[in-house]
Amino acid sequence: MDKVRDLASKKAAVIFTKSSCFMCHSIKTLFYELGASPAIHELDQVANGREMEYALRRLGCNPSVPAVFIGGNYIGSAKDIISLHVDGSLKDKLIEAKAIWL
Amino acid sequence: MMANVSPRTDTSADGDIDDKIPAFHNSDGMIVSNASERSRDQKTLRRLAQNREAARKSRLRKKAYVQQLESSRMQLTQLEQDLQRARQQGKYISSSGDQSQSMSGNGALAFDVEYARWLEEHTRRANELRGAVNAHAGDAELRIIVDGILTHYDDIYRIKSEAAKADVFHILSGMWKTPAERCFLWLGGFRSSELLKLLMSKLEPLTEQQMLAITNLQQSSQQAEDALSQGMEALQQSLADTLAGSLAQSNSPGNVASYMGQMAMAMGKLGTLENFICQADNLRQQTFQQLHRILTTRQSARAVIAINDYFSRLRALSSLWLARPRE
Repeated sequence: MDKVRDLASKKAAVIFTKSSCFMCHSIKTLFYELGASPAIHELDQVANGREMEYALRRLGCNPSVPAVFIGGNYIGSAKDIISLHVDGSLKDKLIEAKAIWL
Repeated sequence: MMANVSPRTDTSADGDIDDKIPAFHNSDGMIVSNASERSRDQKTLRRLAQNREAARKSRLRKKAYVQQLESSRMQLTQLEQDLQRARQQGKYISSSGDQSQSMSGNGALAFDVEYARWLEEHTRRANELRGAVNAHAGDAELRIIVDGILTHYDDIYRIKSEAAKADVFHILSGMWKTPAERCFLWLGGFRSSELLKLLMSKLEPLTEQQMLAITNLQQSSQQAEDALSQGMEALQQSLADTLAGSLAQSNSPGNVASYMGQMAMAMGKLGTLENFICQADNLRQQTFQQLHRILTTRQSARAVIAINDYFSRLRALSSLWLARPRE
Protein backbone atom coordinates (compact mmCIF):
# COMPACT_ATOMS: atom_id res chain seq x y z
CA MET A 1 0.00 0.00 0.00
CA ASP A 2 2.82 2.34 0.91
CA LYS A 3 4.48 1.59 -2.39
CA VAL A 4 1.25 2.41 -4.20
CA ARG A 5 0.75 5.66 -2.26
CA ASP A 6 4.38 6.55 -2.77
CA LEU A 7 4.24 6.12 -6.53
CA ALA A 8 0.84 7.84 -6.68
CA SER A 9 2.20 10.97 -5.06
CA LYS A 10 5.23 11.25 -7.33
CA LYS A 11 3.37 12.68 -10.33
CA ALA A 12 0.17 14.63 -10.93
CA ALA A 13 -1.37 11.79 -12.92
CA VAL A 14 -0.49 8.16 -12.18
CA ILE A 15 -2.05 5.07 -13.71
CA PHE A 16 -1.44 1.48 -12.61
CA THR A 17 -1.91 -0.92 -15.53
CA LYS A 18 -0.99 -4.32 -16.86
CA SER A 19 0.56 -4.85 -20.26
CA SER A 20 -2.13 -7.47 -21.00
CA CYS A 21 -5.00 -5.12 -20.13
CA PHE A 22 -6.62 -3.52 -23.17
CA MET A 23 -8.96 -1.31 -21.18
CA CYS A 24 -5.80 0.15 -19.64
CA HIS A 25 -4.69 0.94 -23.18
CA SER A 26 -7.93 2.86 -23.72
CA ILE A 27 -7.56 4.89 -20.54
CA LYS A 28 -3.92 5.71 -21.33
CA THR A 29 -5.01 6.84 -24.80
CA LEU A 30 -7.63 9.11 -23.28
CA PHE A 31 -5.10 10.75 -20.99
CA TYR A 32 -2.65 11.32 -23.84
CA GLU A 33 -5.51 12.77 -25.89
CA LEU A 34 -6.17 15.27 -23.08
CA GLY A 35 -2.53 16.32 -23.09
CA ALA A 36 -1.65 14.64 -19.82
CA SER A 37 1.56 12.63 -19.44
CA PRO A 38 0.65 10.19 -16.70
CA ALA A 39 3.23 7.99 -15.01
CA ILE A 40 2.41 4.43 -16.03
CA HIS A 41 3.24 1.47 -13.76
CA GLU A 42 2.69 -1.91 -15.37
CA LEU A 43 2.08 -4.28 -12.48
CA ASP A 44 2.96 -7.39 -14.50
CA GLN A 45 6.29 -5.89 -15.49
CA VAL A 46 7.60 -4.49 -12.18
CA ALA A 47 9.24 -6.22 -9.22
CA ASN A 48 6.59 -5.91 -6.49
CA GLY A 49 3.70 -5.80 -8.95
CA ARG A 50 1.80 -8.57 -7.13
CA GLU A 51 1.92 -6.75 -3.79
CA MET A 52 0.77 -3.53 -5.37
CA GLU A 53 -2.09 -5.35 -7.06
CA TYR A 54 -3.21 -6.74 -3.67
CA ALA A 55 -2.94 -3.25 -2.20
CA LEU A 56 -5.11 -1.82 -4.96
CA ARG A 57 -7.71 -4.53 -4.44
CA ARG A 58 -7.79 -3.75 -0.71
CA LEU A 59 -8.32 -0.12 -1.65
CA GLY A 60 -11.47 -1.28 -3.39
CA CYS A 61 -10.25 -1.35 -6.98
CA ASN A 62 -12.27 -3.86 -8.91
CA PRO A 63 -10.89 -4.63 -11.42
CA SER A 64 -7.47 -3.88 -9.98
CA VAL A 65 -6.39 -2.18 -13.20
CA PRO A 66 -6.57 0.41 -14.56
CA ALA A 67 -6.28 2.33 -11.29
CA VAL A 68 -6.06 6.09 -11.77
CA PHE A 69 -4.60 8.53 -9.25
CA ILE A 70 -4.73 12.30 -9.76
CA GLY A 71 -2.94 14.64 -7.35
CA GLY A 72 -2.14 11.64 -5.20
CA ASN A 73 -5.81 10.71 -4.76
CA TYR A 74 -7.45 7.55 -6.05
CA ILE A 75 -9.96 8.58 -8.69
CA GLY A 76 -11.24 5.27 -9.98
CA SER A 77 -11.25 2.62 -12.66
CA ALA A 78 -12.14 2.83 -16.37
CA LYS A 79 -15.86 3.31 -15.75
CA ASP A 80 -15.25 6.14 -13.28
CA ILE A 81 -12.78 7.89 -15.58
CA ILE A 82 -15.16 7.77 -18.53
CA SER A 83 -18.08 9.02 -16.42
CA LEU A 84 -15.96 11.89 -15.05
CA HIS A 85 -14.77 12.79 -18.54
CA VAL A 86 -18.34 13.00 -19.85
CA ASP A 87 -19.47 15.43 -17.14
CA GLY A 88 -16.35 17.53 -17.53
CA SER A 89 -14.88 16.91 -14.09
CA LEU A 90 -11.92 14.81 -15.28
CA LYS A 91 -10.45 17.79 -17.08
CA ASP A 92 -11.06 19.98 -14.02
CA LYS A 93 -9.26 17.53 -11.75
CA LEU A 94 -6.33 17.30 -14.16
CA ILE A 95 -6.05 21.08 -14.33
CA GLU A 96 -6.29 21.39 -10.54
CA ALA A 97 -3.50 18.85 -10.10
CA LYS A 98 -1.48 20.60 -12.79
CA ALA A 99 -1.41 17.48 -14.91
CA ILE A 100 -2.59 19.60 -17.85
CA TRP A 101 -2.77 23.30 -18.56
CA LEU A 102 -5.53 25.11 -20.47
CA MET B 1 -49.07 29.23 -41.61
CA MET B 2 -51.10 31.50 -43.89
CA ALA B 3 -52.80 29.99 -46.85
CA ASN B 4 -52.05 31.72 -50.11
CA VAL B 5 -55.39 32.91 -51.29
CA SER B 6 -55.34 35.27 -54.18
CA PRO B 7 -57.54 38.25 -53.50
CA ARG B 8 -57.58 39.32 -57.10
CA THR B 9 -61.06 38.18 -57.95
CA ASP B 10 -62.47 39.81 -54.80
CA THR B 11 -60.94 43.16 -55.56
CA SER B 12 -62.43 43.36 -58.99
CA ALA B 13 -65.85 42.46 -57.59
CA ASP B 14 -65.53 45.13 -54.91
CA GLY B 15 -64.42 47.56 -57.52
CA ASP B 16 -67.59 46.91 -59.47
CA ILE B 17 -69.83 47.35 -56.43
CA ASP B 18 -68.13 50.59 -55.44
CA ASP B 19 -68.59 51.95 -58.91
CA LYS B 20 -72.27 51.10 -59.02
CA ILE B 21 -73.49 52.01 -55.50
CA PRO B 22 -72.86 55.56 -54.27
CA ALA B 23 -72.58 56.56 -50.58
CA PHE B 24 -75.66 55.87 -48.40
CA HIS B 25 -77.18 57.34 -45.22
CA ASN B 26 -77.55 55.51 -41.85
CA SER B 27 -80.42 56.10 -39.34
CA ASP B 28 -78.78 59.31 -37.98
CA GLY B 29 -78.82 60.74 -41.41
CA MET B 30 -75.05 60.64 -41.50
CA ILE B 31 -73.23 59.62 -44.57
CA VAL B 32 -71.71 56.44 -43.11
CA SER B 33 -69.35 55.24 -45.67
CA ASN B 34 -68.15 56.51 -48.91
CA ALA B 35 -66.64 54.09 -51.41
CA SER B 36 -63.13 54.08 -49.92
CA GLU B 37 -64.25 53.61 -46.28
CA ARG B 38 -66.51 50.67 -47.16
CA SER B 39 -63.71 49.22 -49.23
CA ARG B 40 -61.44 49.36 -46.13
CA ASP B 41 -64.10 47.61 -43.95
CA GLN B 42 -64.60 44.97 -46.58
CA LYS B 43 -60.85 44.44 -46.88
CA THR B 44 -60.65 43.92 -43.11
CA LEU B 45 -63.56 41.50 -43.17
CA ARG B 46 -61.99 39.69 -46.08
CA ARG B 47 -58.66 39.45 -44.28
CA LEU B 48 -60.33 38.05 -41.14
CA ALA B 49 -62.18 35.48 -43.24
CA GLN B 50 -58.94 34.47 -44.93
CA ASN B 51 -57.26 34.11 -41.54
CA ARG B 52 -60.06 31.85 -40.30
CA GLU B 53 -59.82 29.79 -43.45
CA ALA B 54 -56.04 29.48 -43.13
CA ALA B 55 -56.35 28.42 -39.48
CA ARG B 56 -58.98 25.85 -40.37
CA LYS B 57 -56.78 24.41 -43.13
CA SER B 58 -53.81 24.34 -40.79
CA ARG B 59 -55.79 22.38 -38.20
CA LEU B 60 -56.90 19.91 -40.87
CA ARG B 61 -53.32 19.45 -42.09
CA LYS B 62 -52.12 18.88 -38.55
CA LYS B 63 -54.86 16.33 -37.94
CA ALA B 64 -53.96 14.50 -41.15
CA TYR B 65 -50.28 14.47 -40.20
CA VAL B 66 -50.98 13.06 -36.75
CA GLN B 67 -53.20 10.35 -38.21
CA GLN B 68 -50.46 9.47 -40.69
CA LEU B 69 -47.93 9.21 -37.84
CA GLU B 70 -50.23 6.98 -35.82
CA SER B 71 -50.80 4.59 -38.69
CA SER B 72 -47.09 4.57 -39.52
CA ARG B 73 -46.32 3.71 -35.93
CA MET B 74 -48.76 0.80 -36.02
CA GLN B 75 -47.23 -0.38 -39.28
CA LEU B 76 -43.77 -0.17 -37.80
CA THR B 77 -44.77 -2.16 -34.73
CA GLN B 78 -46.33 -4.78 -36.96
CA LEU B 79 -43.22 -4.95 -39.16
CA GLU B 80 -40.94 -5.19 -36.16
CA GLN B 81 -42.99 -8.07 -34.84
CA ASP B 82 -42.87 -9.81 -38.22
CA LEU B 83 -39.11 -9.36 -38.33
CA GLN B 84 -38.81 -10.66 -34.82
CA ARG B 85 -40.82 -13.74 -35.73
CA ALA B 86 -38.79 -14.32 -38.89
CA ARG B 87 -35.54 -13.98 -36.98
CA GLN B 88 -36.73 -16.38 -34.33
CA GLN B 89 -37.62 -18.92 -36.98
CA GLY B 90 -34.22 -18.39 -38.57
CA LYS B 91 -32.57 -19.04 -35.25
CA TYR B 92 -34.46 -22.22 -34.65
CA ILE B 93 -33.35 -23.51 -38.02
CA SER B 94 -29.69 -22.68 -37.42
CA SER B 95 -29.48 -24.06 -33.89
CA SER B 96 -31.36 -27.32 -34.40
CA GLY B 97 -28.16 -29.29 -35.04
CA ASP B 98 -25.95 -28.34 -32.10
CA GLN B 99 -26.90 -28.34 -28.42
CA SER B 100 -24.31 -25.80 -27.27
CA GLN B 101 -25.24 -23.54 -30.17
CA SER B 102 -28.87 -23.55 -29.17
CA MET B 103 -27.92 -22.61 -25.60
CA SER B 104 -26.34 -19.35 -26.66
CA GLY B 105 -28.99 -19.09 -29.38
CA ASN B 106 -31.62 -19.03 -26.65
CA GLY B 107 -29.74 -16.31 -24.77
CA ALA B 108 -29.63 -14.24 -27.94
CA LEU B 109 -33.26 -15.03 -28.64
CA ALA B 110 -34.33 -14.03 -25.16
CA PHE B 111 -32.53 -10.71 -25.53
CA ASP B 112 -34.09 -10.02 -28.93
CA VAL B 113 -37.53 -10.55 -27.46
CA GLU B 114 -36.82 -8.38 -24.42
CA TYR B 115 -35.37 -5.66 -26.62
CA ALA B 116 -38.41 -5.72 -28.92
CA ARG B 117 -40.66 -5.40 -25.87
CA TRP B 118 -38.59 -2.53 -24.48
CA LEU B 119 -38.66 -0.77 -27.83
CA GLU B 120 -42.42 -1.01 -28.06
CA GLU B 121 -42.80 0.48 -24.59
CA HIS B 122 -40.31 3.24 -25.44
CA THR B 123 -42.22 4.08 -28.62
CA ARG B 124 -45.44 4.27 -26.62
CA ARG B 125 -43.83 6.68 -24.17
CA ALA B 126 -42.31 8.79 -26.95
CA ASN B 127 -45.74 9.09 -28.58
CA GLU B 128 -47.23 10.08 -25.24
CA LEU B 129 -44.60 12.80 -24.99
CA ARG B 130 -45.27 13.93 -28.55
CA GLY B 131 -48.98 14.19 -27.76
CA ALA B 132 -48.30 16.18 -24.60
CA VAL B 133 -46.02 18.62 -26.46
CA ASN B 134 -48.60 19.11 -29.23
CA ALA B 135 -51.32 19.67 -26.65
CA HIS B 136 -49.15 22.44 -25.10
CA ALA B 137 -48.72 20.60 -21.80
CA GLY B 138 -46.92 22.45 -19.01
CA ASP B 139 -43.31 21.87 -17.94
CA ALA B 140 -44.33 19.85 -14.90
CA GLU B 141 -46.22 17.30 -16.95
CA LEU B 142 -43.48 17.10 -19.58
CA ARG B 143 -40.86 16.61 -16.87
CA ILE B 144 -42.71 13.59 -15.51
CA ILE B 145 -42.91 11.95 -18.92
CA VAL B 146 -39.28 12.77 -19.81
CA ASP B 147 -37.98 11.45 -16.47
CA GLY B 148 -39.99 8.28 -17.01
CA ILE B 149 -38.36 7.81 -20.39
CA LEU B 150 -34.85 8.39 -18.99
CA THR B 151 -35.44 5.83 -16.25
CA HIS B 152 -36.82 3.44 -18.83
CA TYR B 153 -33.53 3.71 -20.77
CA ASP B 154 -31.74 2.35 -17.69
CA ASP B 155 -33.82 -0.82 -18.04
CA ILE B 156 -32.49 -1.72 -21.48
CA TYR B 157 -28.90 -1.07 -20.47
CA ARG B 158 -29.32 -3.42 -17.53
CA ILE B 159 -30.88 -6.07 -19.79
CA LYS B 160 -28.11 -5.54 -22.35
CA SER B 161 -25.41 -5.96 -19.73
CA GLU B 162 -26.88 -9.31 -18.66
CA ALA B 163 -27.16 -10.37 -22.30
CA ALA B 164 -23.51 -9.40 -22.93
CA LYS B 165 -22.45 -11.68 -20.07
CA ALA B 166 -24.38 -14.55 -21.68
CA ASP B 167 -23.46 -13.90 -25.31
CA VAL B 168 -21.12 -11.00 -25.98
CA PHE B 169 -20.84 -11.79 -29.68
CA HIS B 170 -24.57 -11.50 -30.21
CA ILE B 171 -24.54 -7.99 -28.73
CA LEU B 172 -21.41 -7.07 -30.69
CA SER B 173 -22.94 -8.36 -33.91
CA GLY B 174 -25.83 -5.93 -33.69
CA MET B 175 -28.11 -8.62 -35.11
CA TRP B 176 -30.72 -7.53 -32.59
CA LYS B 177 -30.93 -4.22 -34.46
CA THR B 178 -32.38 -3.64 -37.91
CA PRO B 179 -30.02 -3.65 -40.93
CA ALA B 180 -29.87 0.10 -41.47
CA GLU B 181 -29.07 0.64 -37.78
CA ARG B 182 -26.25 -1.86 -38.11
CA CYS B 183 -24.65 0.48 -40.64
CA PHE B 184 -23.72 2.72 -37.75
CA LEU B 185 -22.80 0.01 -35.27
CA TRP B 186 -20.01 0.83 -32.84
CA LEU B 187 -19.16 -1.53 -29.96
CA GLY B 188 -22.63 -3.01 -29.83
CA GLY B 189 -24.64 0.20 -30.20
CA PHE B 190 -24.80 3.71 -31.57
CA ARG B 191 -22.23 6.51 -31.27
CA SER B 192 -23.38 9.16 -28.81
CA SER B 193 -21.09 11.75 -30.39
CA GLU B 194 -22.84 11.33 -33.76
CA LEU B 195 -26.26 11.51 -32.16
CA LEU B 196 -25.33 14.78 -30.45
CA LYS B 197 -24.21 16.24 -33.78
CA LEU B 198 -27.61 15.38 -35.27
CA LEU B 199 -29.45 16.87 -32.32
CA MET B 200 -27.67 20.24 -32.18
CA SER B 201 -29.72 21.88 -34.92
CA LYS B 202 -33.00 20.46 -33.60
CA LEU B 203 -32.56 21.89 -30.13
CA GLU B 204 -32.29 25.57 -31.09
CA PRO B 205 -32.67 28.08 -29.62
CA LEU B 206 -29.88 27.27 -27.19
CA THR B 207 -28.16 29.72 -24.85
CA GLU B 208 -24.46 30.30 -25.44
CA GLN B 209 -23.76 28.39 -22.25
CA GLN B 210 -25.77 25.44 -23.52
CA MET B 211 -24.07 25.52 -26.92
CA LEU B 212 -20.69 25.41 -25.21
CA ALA B 213 -21.75 22.64 -22.85
CA ILE B 214 -23.16 20.49 -25.63
CA THR B 215 -20.11 21.07 -27.84
CA ASN B 216 -17.88 20.01 -24.95
CA LEU B 217 -20.08 16.99 -24.32
CA GLN B 218 -19.89 16.00 -27.97
CA GLN B 219 -16.11 16.36 -27.91
CA SER B 220 -15.74 14.40 -24.65
CA SER B 221 -17.89 11.52 -25.81
CA GLN B 222 -15.98 11.40 -29.09
CA GLN B 223 -12.67 11.30 -27.22
CA ALA B 224 -13.93 8.47 -25.03
CA GLU B 225 -15.23 6.61 -28.10
CA ASP B 226 -11.84 6.95 -29.80
CA ALA B 227 -10.04 5.75 -26.68
CA LEU B 228 -12.28 2.67 -26.46
CA SER B 229 -11.84 2.00 -30.18
CA GLN B 230 -8.08 2.06 -29.79
CA GLY B 231 -8.26 -0.38 -26.90
CA MET B 232 -10.37 -2.68 -29.07
CA GLU B 233 -7.86 -2.45 -31.91
CA ALA B 234 -5.05 -3.34 -29.53
CA LEU B 235 -7.10 -6.32 -28.39
CA GLN B 236 -7.72 -7.44 -31.97
CA GLN B 237 -4.05 -7.08 -32.87
CA SER B 238 -2.98 -9.02 -29.83
CA LEU B 239 -5.52 -11.77 -30.50
CA ALA B 240 -4.32 -12.06 -34.09
CA ASP B 241 -0.70 -12.23 -32.94
CA THR B 242 -1.51 -14.96 -30.43
CA LEU B 243 -3.31 -17.08 -32.99
CA ALA B 244 -0.67 -16.49 -35.67
CA GLY B 245 1.95 -17.59 -33.15
CA SER B 246 0.22 -20.93 -32.73
CA LEU B 247 0.22 -21.48 -36.50
CA ALA B 248 3.93 -22.27 -36.43
CA GLN B 249 3.19 -25.47 -34.48
CA SER B 250 3.57 -28.96 -35.90
CA ASN B 251 1.83 -31.92 -34.28
CA SER B 252 4.44 -32.85 -31.71
CA PRO B 253 3.35 -33.17 -28.02
CA GLY B 254 5.41 -30.19 -26.79
CA ASN B 255 3.90 -28.05 -29.49
CA VAL B 256 0.40 -29.24 -28.68
CA ALA B 257 0.90 -28.09 -25.10
CA SER B 258 2.11 -24.74 -26.35
CA TYR B 259 -0.87 -24.58 -28.71
CA MET B 260 -3.23 -25.19 -25.81
CA GLY B 261 -1.43 -22.52 -23.82
CA GLN B 262 -1.88 -19.99 -26.58
CA MET B 263 -5.53 -20.96 -26.99
CA ALA B 264 -5.96 -20.34 -23.28
CA MET B 265 -4.37 -16.93 -23.69
CA ALA B 266 -6.63 -16.16 -26.63
CA MET B 267 -9.64 -17.20 -24.53
CA GLY B 268 -8.59 -14.74 -21.85
CA LYS B 269 -8.41 -11.98 -24.40
CA LEU B 270 -11.87 -12.76 -25.75
CA GLY B 271 -13.12 -12.52 -22.19
CA THR B 272 -12.29 -8.83 -22.08
CA LEU B 273 -14.70 -8.04 -24.92
CA GLU B 274 -17.56 -7.93 -22.47
CA ASN B 275 -15.83 -5.11 -20.60
CA PHE B 276 -15.58 -3.05 -23.76
CA ILE B 277 -19.31 -3.42 -24.43
CA CYS B 278 -19.96 -2.50 -20.81
CA GLN B 279 -17.84 0.66 -21.03
CA ALA B 280 -19.36 1.62 -24.39
CA ASP B 281 -22.87 1.31 -22.93
CA ASN B 282 -21.80 3.25 -19.84
CA LEU B 283 -20.54 6.00 -22.14
CA ARG B 284 -23.90 6.09 -23.93
CA GLN B 285 -25.81 6.30 -20.67
CA GLN B 286 -23.58 8.97 -19.14
CA THR B 287 -23.65 11.09 -22.29
CA PHE B 288 -27.43 10.91 -22.44
CA GLN B 289 -27.83 11.84 -18.79
CA GLN B 290 -25.40 14.73 -19.10
CA LEU B 291 -27.29 16.03 -22.13
CA HIS B 292 -30.49 16.18 -20.16
CA ARG B 293 -28.76 18.02 -17.34
CA ILE B 294 -27.81 20.73 -19.84
CA LEU B 295 -31.25 21.08 -21.46
CA THR B 296 -34.47 22.65 -20.17
CA THR B 297 -37.50 20.39 -19.77
CA ARG B 298 -38.98 21.51 -23.04
CA GLN B 299 -35.69 21.02 -24.87
CA SER B 300 -35.29 17.57 -23.31
CA ALA B 301 -38.73 16.65 -24.60
CA ARG B 302 -37.79 17.78 -28.09
CA ALA B 303 -34.52 15.85 -27.89
CA VAL B 304 -36.27 12.62 -26.88
CA ILE B 305 -38.80 13.02 -29.68
CA ALA B 306 -36.12 13.86 -32.25
CA ILE B 307 -34.03 10.81 -31.32
CA ASN B 308 -37.10 8.59 -31.46
CA ASP B 309 -38.01 10.02 -34.89
CA TYR B 310 -34.51 9.44 -36.20
CA PHE B 311 -34.29 5.82 -35.13
CA SER B 312 -37.87 5.17 -36.27
CA ARG B 313 -36.84 6.35 -39.72
CA LEU B 314 -33.79 4.11 -39.68
CA ARG B 315 -36.00 1.17 -38.77
CA ALA B 316 -38.52 2.09 -41.47
CA LEU B 317 -35.64 2.22 -43.95
CA SER B 318 -34.65 -1.27 -42.85
CA SER B 319 -38.18 -2.52 -43.41
CA LEU B 320 -38.23 -1.00 -46.90
CA TRP B 321 -34.85 -2.53 -47.61
CA LEU B 322 -35.93 -5.99 -46.50
CA ALA B 323 -39.12 -5.77 -48.54
CA ARG B 324 -37.43 -4.51 -51.69
CA PRO B 325 -38.24 -6.39 -54.92
CA ARG B 326 -35.46 -8.69 -56.03
CA GLU B 327 -34.80 -10.42 -59.36
